[in-house]
Amino acid sequence: MTGFTAVRRVFGVRRVFGVRRVVGWTGSGKRLGKWLGAAALCAGLAVTAAPDAARAEWQPKRPIQFVIMAGTGGGADQIARLFQSIIEKEDFSRVPVIPINKPGGSGAEALRFLQDEAGNEHVMMITLNSLFTTPQLNPNLGVDIATYTPIARMALDTFQLWVHADSGIQSLDDYIAQVKQAGGSWKMGGTGKGQEDSLVTAMLEQEFGLKMTYIPFPGGGTVAKNLVGKHIDSTVNNPAEQIAFYEAGRTRPLMTMTPERLEMLPDVPTSGELGHPELVYYMQRSIVAAPEISDGARQWYTELMRKVYESDQWKEYTASEGLFREWLEGDELAAYFAEEVKKHKKLLASTGAM
Amino acid sequence: MELIQPLIDGIFIALEPINLAMVILGVLIGLFVGAMPGLGSVNGVAILLPVTFLVPPTAAIIFLAAIYYGAMYGGAISSVMLGIPGASTAVATTFDGRPMALKGEADRALVAAAVASFVGGTISVILFTLFAPPLAEFALKFGPPEEFALMVLAFATFVGLGGSDISKTIFSTLLGLVLATVGLDIVSGQPRLIFFDLPGFYHGINFLVLAIGIYGIGEILWTLEISQGRVMVSKVEMSIKRMLDAFRSLKVTVKSTLAGSLIGYFMGILPAAGATPGSLVAYGMAKSFSKDPESFGSGNINGVTAPESANNAASTGSLLPMLTLGIPGSPTTAILLGGMIIWGLRPGPLLFENNPEFVWGLIGSLYIANVFAMLINLAFVPVFIAVLKLPFTILAPVIFVLCVTGGYAPEQSMHDVWLILLFGVMGYLLRKLNYPVAPMVLAIVLGPLAERSLRQSLLGSQGDMLIFVERPLSAVFLLLGLALFVYPIVQMARHKKRQGGPAGEG
Repeated sequence: MTGFTAVRRVFGVRRVFGVRRVVGWTGSGKRLGKWLGAAALCAGLAVTAAPDAARAEWQPKRPIQFVIMAGTGGGADQIARLFQSIIEKEDFSRVPVIPINKPGGSGAEALRFLQDEAGNEHVMMITLNSLFTTPQLNPNLGVDIATYTPIARMALDTFQLWVHADSGIQSLDDYIAQVKQAGGSWKMGGTGKGQEDSLVTAMLEQEFGLKMTYIPFPGGGTVAKNLVGKHIDSTVNNPAEQIAFYEAGRTRPLMTMTPERLEMLPDVPTSGELGHPELVYYMQRSIVAAPEISDGARQWYTELMRKVYESDQWKEYTASEGLFREWLEGDELAAYFAEEVKKHKKLLASTGAM
Repeated sequence: MELIQPLIDGIFIALEPINLAMVILGVLIGLFVGAMPGLGSVNGVAILLPVTFLVPPTAAIIFLAAIYYGAMYGGAISSVMLGIPGASTAVATTFDGRPMALKGEADRALVAAAVASFVGGTISVILFTLFAPPLAEFALKFGPPEEFALMVLAFATFVGLGGSDISKTIFSTLLGLVLATVGLDIVSGQPRLIFFDLPGFYHGINFLVLAIGIYGIGEILWTLEISQGRVMVSKVEMSIKRMLDAFRSLKVTVKSTLAGSLIGYFMGILPAAGATPGSLVAYGMAKSFSKDPESFGSGNINGVTAPESANNAASTGSLLPMLTLGIPGSPTTAILLGGMIIWGLRPGPLLFENNPEFVWGLIGSLYIANVFAMLINLAFVPVFIAVLKLPFTILAPVIFVLCVTGGYAPEQSMHDVWLILLFGVMGYLLRKLNYPVAPMVLAIVLGPLAERSLRQSLLGSQGDMLIFVERPLSAVFLLLGLALFVYPIVQMARHKKRQGGPAGEG
């Protein structure tokens, strides 16, 4: 695979999609014909140029829609686009993978979409934990995630408790004392209600008998900035969202909600070390496909994601952003999903969200 | 000065053949992407992200920034030519750009937009170069109360936008605010106004869907009615002499362009605000401080230069929170941010120290991109004018196809297409009844921001309204907003008194 075919592949395929948009502007049948001809030629070259090694029984026949159940710029979106670029760059697939954001209703829109695409073998989706919570919070959505085809769990993202470096809070005990003293006016910032940050906050409140004012923001980055600007008092950001401010000495992590310490934050104690082993929560980053697809297609997607999982880029990204690379596939992944649904049901009930 | 050396290095990095090629290619792509309603720079940058893996990271991010930049220039083109703002940032440009095109002055409007964009872009890059770190600190001071006060300031400019009938302006704004609440409420997580239980309403009503419906389809219906099937051709001419005249006539716009640049840049660096309120406030200011505010809305060239300089300045400004805080100021910068992370560049306070070559290469490329974006834009003015000469019977179906595909593309859902048609009919009726539609279209962009920051502020203050006046920055914005709200009303009242004698002209 040479760089040149890569160029032709990428440009050729893009142009096929470009045509739709160009039609209106040329407005001339003759030129349109030329465009289509050129585009078809490029696409043809692309197909013949792709290597046929590792031929599985099932092969995709048209571009794959890659649904992201969150908006642009967030963690899931970044990871999806990273996967797309790894797949393109390493030529793991002979058809392009096209990311589409369907953020509506904490992923409700995307979940419903995937359910309705049952049998469509050319669509996959990257999930957040809203995979477990959104169907429970919106029962009339008519989504059952057990029907989805589980493909692969690519990583687990982690949560820490963060405060401003100027707050004077050095330890979890300081933190608990300060929050109690604030008497309910302590401002905890996080993402939307019913989403991961609010669940982690509720876990903290229950474990330590605290009461905080939860202020929702549209994304983890904005949450982090509001902590640095001292508009809120604490957050439960992912490492990727806070690490730049931490390195600049603006914020301080008090506790990591994982069983083991993080390589990138070696001095931060775990919840277990501080005597609260129950306080563990992960954000899973998994890939699922539509319900009722063939075994061949399932195998092909699993193989594709395994190659991405083993790629250097993914190893580098997970290391630098503080994610655990933890692979699961097939029945094990399905069992994991079922377990998480139960866990979140309990969490939602105990936090009063449901 | 210690800044000069890295900047010169940066400009040299940007002038390396591959980086320069990326700048030119990116600007060209951006220009066309921005000129087509619905395609917008968000899609342009997202679609081309994987292509950038074929070049080194600095060249790649320069490429994406150039597309982003070119698209901001291009946004003015569809606003002026078709009256359809391709992005919320270009709504204010339609107010006077479109009337100028209808009067046969499309070339003047386009030249003014290109030059104002250049000035706005360049001034903001200079400010960026000189004051990036202190401005980043300033942006951090912006919490929810300040954001809300800023939104109030933007809403206050609506009174000046809507024309003489203030009650109709208020009605139009309220209608937009109602549409803005459709979808999932971020604070409670509950669905609101999901009409007929259609799942498509869960993601709310997109600005583009409303704008394309009201401006695009609504305009076609309106023109069909007034032309009654007669073949209409816009009267536009194009010659070197007219181009030169267009440049000469820019003298009157110096003040509005400079003011627009400063306002735009300032708004752009604030993480939540961005280019849309920036261009609005610039327009409102230009109108309020103009010698004849009545001519705004019917083709005053200052009504083009103020918002255009502001939205370009803001687009550079919004790179600042992205680079220094890791917070995207707009959906496009969000994708740029994703690109940076993929290349292992971590935005944040330390980016300037850890990756100076990248940062200064990017800043250097912005200077270069500005020059090329203006030149390329000016070179294409005759082409755009030629499109306007097509008879309406040909232009209308083309616009219709553009509207429908442009509305479908971002979310790829037919739900949005039906909404566009519905809003088209609504836009036609509102126009027939003489309601201003701009306040509604802008309310759908600013409404959610205002609602969210209001509720965040009140949650944080335990319900105490005084938080908005206790904080000095938000108090200043509220006062400014009050002034912008009252000033046009006072002026209008004075004007009416004066008009008592001779017959009024408007």
